[in-house]
Parts: sequence; structure tokens; C-alpha cells
Amino acid sequence: MIQTVFSAALPMGESLVVSKNRIVGARKAGPRIAVVTGMHGDALAGQFVTFELARRLRERPGDLLGVVDIYPALNPLGLSSREHGVPQFDIDLDRTFPGNADGNLTEALAAAVLDDICGASACLVIHSSDAFVQELTQARIDEADPKVLVGIASQLNVRLVWVREPSAPLGSTLAHALNERGTPTLEIKMGSDVRVAENEASWLVEGILRMLEHLRAWSGPTILLPQPRVSDGSDVITLLSEEPGLFLPRAEHGSEVRPGQSIGIVVDALEGTVRHEVRSPCAGLLFALRTYPVVYPGSLVARVLEVPR
Amino acid sequence: MRRGIIYQMNIPHRESLSIRGFEFGCEGGEHSCAIIGSLRGNEVQQAFVCATLVSLLERVERSGGIVDNKSILVVPCANPLSMNVRERFWPGDRADINRSFPGDEHGRSTERIAAALMRVARLFTYGIQLCSFNQPGDFLPHVRITRHGHISDESLGYAEEFALPYAVCREPTPFDTTTLNYVWQQCGTHAFSLYSRATDRIDTGSAKVVSDAVLRFLVARGVIRLGDGNDIGIGEAERTRLLCEADLVDVRTRRSAGFFVPAVGVGDRVRRGQRLGAVLSTGDARLLETLTTPDAGRVFFMRTDPLIQQHMVALRIAP
Repeated sequence: MIQTVFSAALPMGESLVVSKNRIVGARKAGPRIAVVTGMHGDALAGQFVTFELARRLRERPGDLLGVVDIYPALNPLGLSSREHGVPQFDIDLDRTFPGNADGNLTEALAAAVLDDICGASACLVIHSSDAFVQELTQARIDEADPKVLVGIASQLNVRLVWVREPSAPLGSTLAHALNERGTPTLEIKMGSDVRVAENEASWLVEGILRMLEHLRAWSGPTILLPQPRVSDGSDVITLLSEEPGLFLPRAEHGSEVRPGQSIGIVVDALEGTVRHEVRSPCAGLLFALRTYPVVYPGSLVARVLEVPR
Repeated sequence: MRRGIIYQMNIPHRESLSIRGFEFGCEGGEHSCAIIGSLRGNEVQQAFVCATLVSLLERVERSGGIVDNKSILVVPCANPLSMNVRERFWPGDRADINRSFPGDEHGRSTERIAAALMRVARLFTYGIQLCSFNQPGDFLPHVRITRHGHISDESLGYAEEFALPYAVCREPTPFDTTTLNYVWQQCGTHAFSLYSRATDRIDTGSAKVVSDAVLRFLVARGVIRLGDGNDIGIGEAERTRLLCEADLVDVRTRRSAGFFVPAVGVGDRVRRGQRLGAVLSTGDARLLETLTTPDAGRVFFMRTDPLIQQHMVALRIAP
């Protein structure tokens, strides 16, 4: 059932509408799970996830033992015009929570979405990576007490669960606002901006079904994958470019790299010289790799999850 | 006046980024006041105000008007790379320098810039940032202080020395904690954000209001003297009214969207219940909503975009 979560009139006879698809299972009194994406208009990986999840749930309605609310487009204007933020507002929607029902349009939208999701048994907020770096599908947790969330994240068929230090700017995200209100919420980071990687997204959908099973909301078939690595961030090595130029990768995204292995080179297209070679300082999983070649000093090139010693 | 380079960075396909600073007064003396202009590529008015201040302070210095042992630093533009291509954010990864403080000299590009600025700016007793607003609108020039414990309480006491009509105190959100203003206060600097009426265009009238306010503040804080051989005229001082952001009264579109047609101007005094504007249908110019003020006061902010959505603040009234 398609329901309207928020609506606001636009000047030229159109409304901005945030919709959700409420899929109700055989046992209506079961848990309610929310799956949210489309926060940024230039990040599309979550679109395939919500399509595929809705399709799979509709296929086996008898196996759903609760309610799944799917929110594919929190920023519909941005999605339709490939703008990261909300067009005309110059604002990152995921820095406006908890919002304000009496505030400007974006604040009112944020408040309505938060209010609608609050009270769910769990929520998943899916983000694509940006246009610069490709990410392996990973769960990110920025909360002071991550235990429950790590338990849920471990079901999701992700390679990595990254528990990060809570930081003040992340206090304005939807995930933080929901966690603060007692709705366990995880963030998923995956893919690369506007590209829709169906294979990776399909594995995440399998993971969501396992998460539903874990929360006693799904009795259908699931696929069991190896448990993810849980990192507290101390074993995440961030590699930056120290020179400007063109970054050419020399390692494969998602591969295991050796200590000293070349991740890529930064070249000078004018002089025909190599200005900088980025090497991995350790053995580990190359879970983020730059895709946009132009780099500045300080541009993110790669992240490696160090193999435990 | 001494010109210096605060930070340089090599840039792909372009000349190096150079952030320039202009120093006045005693070299090696007390670090009295730092003034920082545009951090974003569209903050033209903010760079213009700073450039004007560089010119004025040069005249003050030539006439011996900088008080002994005091020094002033002006950085008109900390993001010339974006300004030259008129992009608001950092061209490399669209990051916002004013969300990258306190920065990290070994971190991402904008963090390196923020760290370099902070390394210098944190030395000063007073910090003034020329800021822009993220909504298309016109407002009365004013000074803002973000609340941050004891130091912001003291800063509020100094705010009236700018002699602008309003000083607005604002509670920080989590998102504000990585701004220059907030981090400046963490470092012990009294930080003030000055808002002029324009951003991506030059408004000479409000630029003068703001540059005069900075000079007044520097006089009041004992950093410069005016009138000793320099003929710099500063406009009439206004009595400052202190407001909390929550005191401002929002007049918003409650049920409609369309053409926004204002009936008042920024700075106008308005009566309780007065009609301030209207929302008209974009199809047949039919009246959809009349915007009235629930309180008497002065128009502090008015939206300038002629199209308005539902749930939008069209005007703000300072009661």
C-alpha cells in the first residue's frame, strides 16, 4: 500500500511528495521494519535495493510476519535532478534531523519522516558512496552503545561492520536521531554514486531478509554468508594522495592486498611523470578505492581494513 | 602592511592555491584581531568587504592609527580556487571548508586548508568572520554569536561595540561544531560572525555598514584609533538590540505555494497584524494566502526568491 509521509506544495502546481510502500505480512502484529534510501539525489544504489526488496516480499507474502515500510526517495526533487542536496536549499538533508515540524520545508520534511519511522523495531538507512570513491557494501555505526546494532548488522551479508567514534556533526543524521529515540538504526554505505550495481544490491537484499528473520519478521528462505569483520576503526587505514594529478589504480577494488603493494599511482599528464605512488602499509581488504581520477593533495584514494595480527 | 601567504597547495591542471593574508600593526606584537572573508566560492560580498578593510586599515596604519603593540590580520578569501570558477564548495570533492574545522594538516584537502587557517587564526584575541546565509534572502546587517559557554557570554558583552542594529545569539546544532566560528571559540578566541545583505553580488551600501562596524569594534577594543591624521569617515552608530534566534518571529507560507509578492521591505517597522505580502497563484495570479505578522517589530529577513514553496519562511520579524 502506497502511503504519503509528507507533502508540500511547489510554486508551479506540483507537490513534493515523500511516499512509502507499506507491505503488511500474514501476521500483522509482528515487528515493523523500515528501509530508507534516496536521501541524496546523486546516490542511487539504494533504489535497486528497495525495488528488489519490495518484489521479493510481494512474491512470498505468507512468509512476512510483520510490516515492512520502504521509503525509496526521501529527496525526490534531488533524485529527479541529480542534485546531492535538496534543490534550491543548498542543504544536505541528512544533516537536518531531527527537523522541525514548524520549520522550513526541509526541516518539516525531516520531522515528518522521523515521526513516521519512530517506533519501528529496526531501521536501515542506505547510502551510496559519492562520485569519487567506490565502497564495498558495509554497515556503519556511529553510536556510543553499538552492541544491539552490531548484532543486527551481522545478519546483513556485508563484508564489514565499521563502528566509528560518535562525532558531533553526525548528531544531525536520520540514523542518529532514530537511535536517540530508541529505534535501532543502521547505516549502509555501498557502491558508487549514480551506478546501480545489481549484484551487490541483490546480496544486500538477501541480507535484509536475514535481518527480518533475525527480528522474527520473515519465515521464508534466506542465504547464509560468512560473518562480517567488525572494526572499531583502529584497523581502518585511510590512504590519501599527497600530490595533485591523475590517479590510476593498480589494485582491484575488494581484493586482499599485501604490505607494500601498490594501490595506484598519481601521474602528471603534462610532464609524463609519476608524481606519487600510493602503497598499502599493511595486509588487508581494499574496501574503498578511488574511481574519479583527478586528485588533489589530501584526496581520498583508498581505505584498507588491516588483517588482524 | 605586510603581505603574506598563509597556505599553498599544488592543484591539478591549475596554478597553486595561495591563501593570502594582510597584516597590520606591530610585527611580533599582540595578536589582536583576525578578520576572515570568503570560505566559499560564491561569497563575493564577503571578499569585497575584506578587501575594503585592507584598503582602510592601510590608511589607518599609514597615519599611525594602529595602537602600539597591536596587530590585525585580514584574509579576504580562503577559497580562491572555488571563487575563480564560481563554485560554492571545494572543486575537488565538493566539501565545505566551513564544515572542516578544526582541520587536519595531514587530512583531506579542505581539512588541510582549515588547519592552516586555524594555526594562524587561533592566536588572536578576537575573530571576525564575514558570513553568508544559505537561503536566498535579504536581511538587516547584524552580528551573530554562537553560544559556547563562558567565552560567548563575554563576546555578547562586546557585540554592541559593532553598533549594528542587532546582535543575534544562536544555540549551536551538532552540524555547527565544525565551523570556523565554533572552533575559534573552543580555542579561546572571541568569535563574531558578521552578516552583510548580499553574497554573490556586491552591495556597496551594506558593505560599508559592515566595514564601518568592524572599524568601530577595533576602536572600542583599543586596537586602532581613528581621526589621528586619517580622514576615514564611519557611518552613524546604531544602538544594538540583543536577540536570541528564537525571539525572531517567522512569517511562513502555511497552506500554499506560488509567486511571493512582498508588501514591505527589509528594515521596515511593522504593526501587529499588518499585511506583509501575499502568495499568488502561478496560473491566474489569484490570491492564495495573505501573510501577516503576529507581532509588531522590524522586518529582519525577507525572502528574495519570487517563487515560494509551502512551509517556507517568507519573512522574519525582530520584535
